[in-house]
Amino acid sequence: MSYLEYNIRTVPTGLRKILYLNYPIILLLVTIASIGFLMLYSVAGGTLQPWAEPQIKRFGLGLAVMLFVAMVPIYVWRNVAGLGYLVSLVLLVAVEVVGVTGMGAQRWIDLGFMRLQPSELTKITVVMLLAAYYDWLPIEKTSRPLWVAIPVMIILVPMALVFLQPDLGTALLLGIGGAIVMFAAGVHWAYFATVIASGAGLVFAVLTSRGTSWQILKDYQYARIDTFLNPSADPLGAGYHITQSKIALGSGGWTGRGFMQGTQSRLNFLPEKHTDFIFTTLAEEFGFVGAISLLILYLLLIVFCVVSALQNRDRFSSLLILGIAGSFFLFFAVNMSMVMGMAPVVGVPLPLVSYGGSAMLVLMVAFGLVQSAHVHRPRRKLA
Amino acid sequence: MRRNPRDTEESVRRITRRGLMLGGAQIAFMAVLAGRMRHLQVEEADAFRLLAEDNRIRYDLIPPERGLIFDREGRSIATNEQTYRVVIKAADVDDLEATFARLRTLIPLTEEEIESARTEIRRSNPTTSVTVADRLSWEDVAEIAVNAPALPGVSPEVGLSRLYPSYGDFAHVVGYVGPVSDYYLEQTRDTDPLLLTPRFQVGRVGVEAKLEKSLRGKAGNKQVEVNVRGRVMRELSRKEGVPGKDLQLTLDSRLQAFVQARMVGESASIVVMDVRTGDLVAIGSGPTFDPNKFVRGISQRDYSALVENAYRPLANKSVQGLYPPGSTFKMITALAALEAGVVSVGETIYCSGHKEVGGRRFHCWNRGGHGWMDLNDSLMRSCDVYYYELAERVGIEKISEMARKFGLGERHDLPMSAVAEGTAPTKDWKFRRYKQDWVVGDSLNAAIGQGYVLASPLQLAVMTARLATGEAIRPRLVKQIGDDAQPVMSDGPMGLSPTHLARIRSAMFTVNNDRGGTAYASRTVGEEMTIAGKTGTSQVRSVVVRNEDVPWEERDHALYVGFAPYDDPRFAVSVVVEHGGGGSTAAAPMARDVLLAALSDDGMPPLEAYPSAQRRAIEERLRSLPLRPDAGGQPPVRDRA
Repeated sequence: MSYLEYNIRTVPTGLRKILYLNYPIILLLVTIASIGFLMLYSVAGGTLQPWAEPQIKRFGLGLAVMLFVAMVPIYVWRNVAGLGYLVSLVLLVAVEVVGVTGMGAQRWIDLGFMRLQPSELTKITVVMLLAAYYDWLPIEKTSRPLWVAIPVMIILVPMALVFLQPDLGTALLLGIGGAIVMFAAGVHWAYFATVIASGAGLVFAVLTSRGTSWQILKDYQYARIDTFLNPSADPLGAGYHITQSKIALGSGGWTGRGFMQGTQSRLNFLPEKHTDFIFTTLAEEFGFVGAISLLILYLLLIVFCVVSALQNRDRFSSLLILGIAGSFFLFFAVNMSMVMGMAPVVGVPLPLVSYGGSAMLVLMVAFGLVQSAHVHRPRRKLA
Repeated sequence: MRRNPRDTEESVRRITRRGLMLGGAQIAFMAVLAGRMRHLQVEEADAFRLLAEDNRIRYDLIPPERGLIFDREGRSIATNEQTYRVVIKAADVDDLEATFARLRTLIPLTEEEIESARTEIRRSNPTTSVTVADRLSWEDVAEIAVNAPALPGVSPEVGLSRLYPSYGDFAHVVGYVGPVSDYYLEQTRDTDPLLLTPRFQVGRVGVEAKLEKSLRGKAGNKQVEVNVRGRVMRELSRKEGVPGKDLQLTLDSRLQAFVQARMVGESASIVVMDVRTGDLVAIGSGPTFDPNKFVRGISQRDYSALVENAYRPLANKSVQGLYPPGSTFKMITALAALEAGVVSVGETIYCSGHKEVGGRRFHCWNRGGHGWMDLNDSLMRSCDVYYYELAERVGIEKISEMARKFGLGERHDLPMSAVAEGTAPTKDWKFRRYKQDWVVGDSLNAAIGQGYVLASPLQLAVMTARLATGEAIRPRLVKQIGDDAQPVMSDGPMGLSPTHLARIRSAMFTVNNDRGGTAYASRTVGEEMTIAGKTGTSQVRSVVVRNEDVPWEERDHALYVGFAPYDDPRFAVSVVVEHGGGGSTAAAPMARDVLLAALSDDGMPPLEAYPSAQRRAIEERLRSLPLRPDAGGQPPVRDRA
């Protein structure tokens, strides 16, 4: 079932593939990453160290990796999807075991030149495997319960492992990312409706059980929920991050204080100013105009991905691109919601902008896959 | 395996539909995000900007420089010195003990200093600065500054601290400043926020306390940008405060130093006043203490030593010490009788050594009796019986009225602590005070400055000045506050007969200059520096015993009041030597030295003014006076351990 499906003669070969890359997407990636460099330069007080320079180098490496991934025919990636999934599961178990055997809670594996977070990798491999699964599955079986149960298991196993790390935020993102692929593949909407309804019911039960004899969560967990719902109640305590972040954001106004003039982040009122909260620095220094510009860049990236997915007549490619675009959307949507006080503080970086090596590299691999799918798309109707 | 084309068509259609739905949902959510951005950054921007300013801008008070205090010639009495200290803000410290340990390796710190810092940190709000070490050298402060990154929460500060370059000379008059205590904050109605700034110094005693308002000045403020740890990043704006006003006192520091030195070894008080202007040129109280110790925080041991000392070094005896004026009060009794017309200048009264009134026998100090006494002789020889007679004739009310004219029983309005009122007793006063009727014996005792009559050395000096001029001059301590010259205050001529005053003055002249005068030994030679005065010996115990045979605290007080030059009075002086024995032996010599020093140009009594027979001994005494060569020295900063 493999490469014979493609009309190989119409697909570019060799270095000619470079001409067929999706350049708008590359341009958007470079632009967004450059905004990241500027912000890292600014929060460091106008120096390349300690963040901007390593970030630039990593992005350069990421571009190279992306091009390499893009050169490899998409069916190769489809064929290794299962293997990749298994590897990421093994790595997830490995960090868990290493963590238990004495190095303390740790979510990463040191590769020497960078620290790899298996949970980051898993986000791609799950999407890849699901896309491959639906590519294989005859479409009339898509919504049958048994054939729905299999992808659900594919999602739940790594989710459970990540949840145990414990990293609830990433686990949820993983689950939603997988669900997006299932949704795109055409699984009946009633399944999603059921999951959403039961999720809402669970939340309701958790909240109403508080203080009763059948209380579901521990007290401190409720305290976290309180903090999210009303951060100003304890502005210097648990709600500090959200409150400070909103102050920084809001004080930016229309046009911001100007590049390098962001007082809140430079004076360390902001937590995690170079990672999860970097958006606040942008919003403070460039105001509403700057913040909305970044949002529009993200929007364009999503739009170009969706267009590329819909142009592609290969089922695996389409689902893969939609899945990756969906996961990417989840990252920045959750991050922005968090810093704007619309979601609880979960450690989700702003994709391509926040400082961080493994997230950046994994993202570039993902966009390499998108490029590969774009380059190797079928050029005419199959006979 | 090839796939069914229809299947593929169906698949593409389905993915397109679902893909568009997903894309649409994502765009919709991004619209929500954009809306939220707009809300925060456009609609609520002002509110958040305000909060942000709060976050990063701190208003700091700039303590004004405290006004300086000068003597009448412009010499420094109180100055400010720059001091370096190290403060610690517990809220910003990660590990307090580790920080202390690090500090110990950098600067000399004793275990007590660390312990007291620990206690203070425990007691206070973690965001307040607590001083760990004070008065550090520049090198030590530099050491701290260099290591600041490794010492979060620790910062060096520069401040001004009061310095009294003449040590104890002005301790009682000028007083001292000290840090604002909790007790002070409770007591005061002062709401100046400066009081809450760390290590702010306020006047605690004396001029420093009484003229606190003028000396303090107004705080300036600065807006500084701080980071989340409270470290100042830069200054945004600065509004300078108004420095405290400088004071110029009427005191002459050279004479003051002489006075203090002359009293060493005695528990005594000397007040010197300019009779024309009322300027107090010296207010001495001995023994004294070093006010700088109080500024820096006196040790418990030093403080106990001061409190337990029988000579009461902390008391300002000149204004708060009240003594029976003894025979120095006789001028008042005499004037009261003369003005009332109950006695004439030439009238003689017989002294047999005692007078009997109402079955009680009132003794003259001279048990053998003085014989026939007129006004002049009675003052010169200090006959008591003469004044018993006068008291009987004129009555206590007239005497008391005269005393008040001379400022006795009146609290002089001077910026010093605990200025005493004293008593010029009347019949009403005794009844109010003791619920007892006045008896004649009370009048007799009052007539010779015993019994209920009490006066401070300051009041005695004012009395003497008024006797010398006939003007109701008021004492003045402050010459100038800032640019405002303080006026000379006088209630004008006292309305006494010039003849009577002249007779009293000439009688006082004979006290010092007539062979029979009680202060003849303390006479001067030459025309320019002639002294007129009156000795006094006030009884502490009623039974007369030889002073040498009783313990110090039971001996009589020695007093002397006088003025000079006799022909054209410049200065009035009062001397009280607590338990000093006789006025003629203990007080009069001091008064002579002080008056001569006040009149001379170089601040030391000229030897030629002394009778030649005394010169050798006087020269010896003056040479051995513990005068400090110069008071400009800075106290040393602490040594490196």
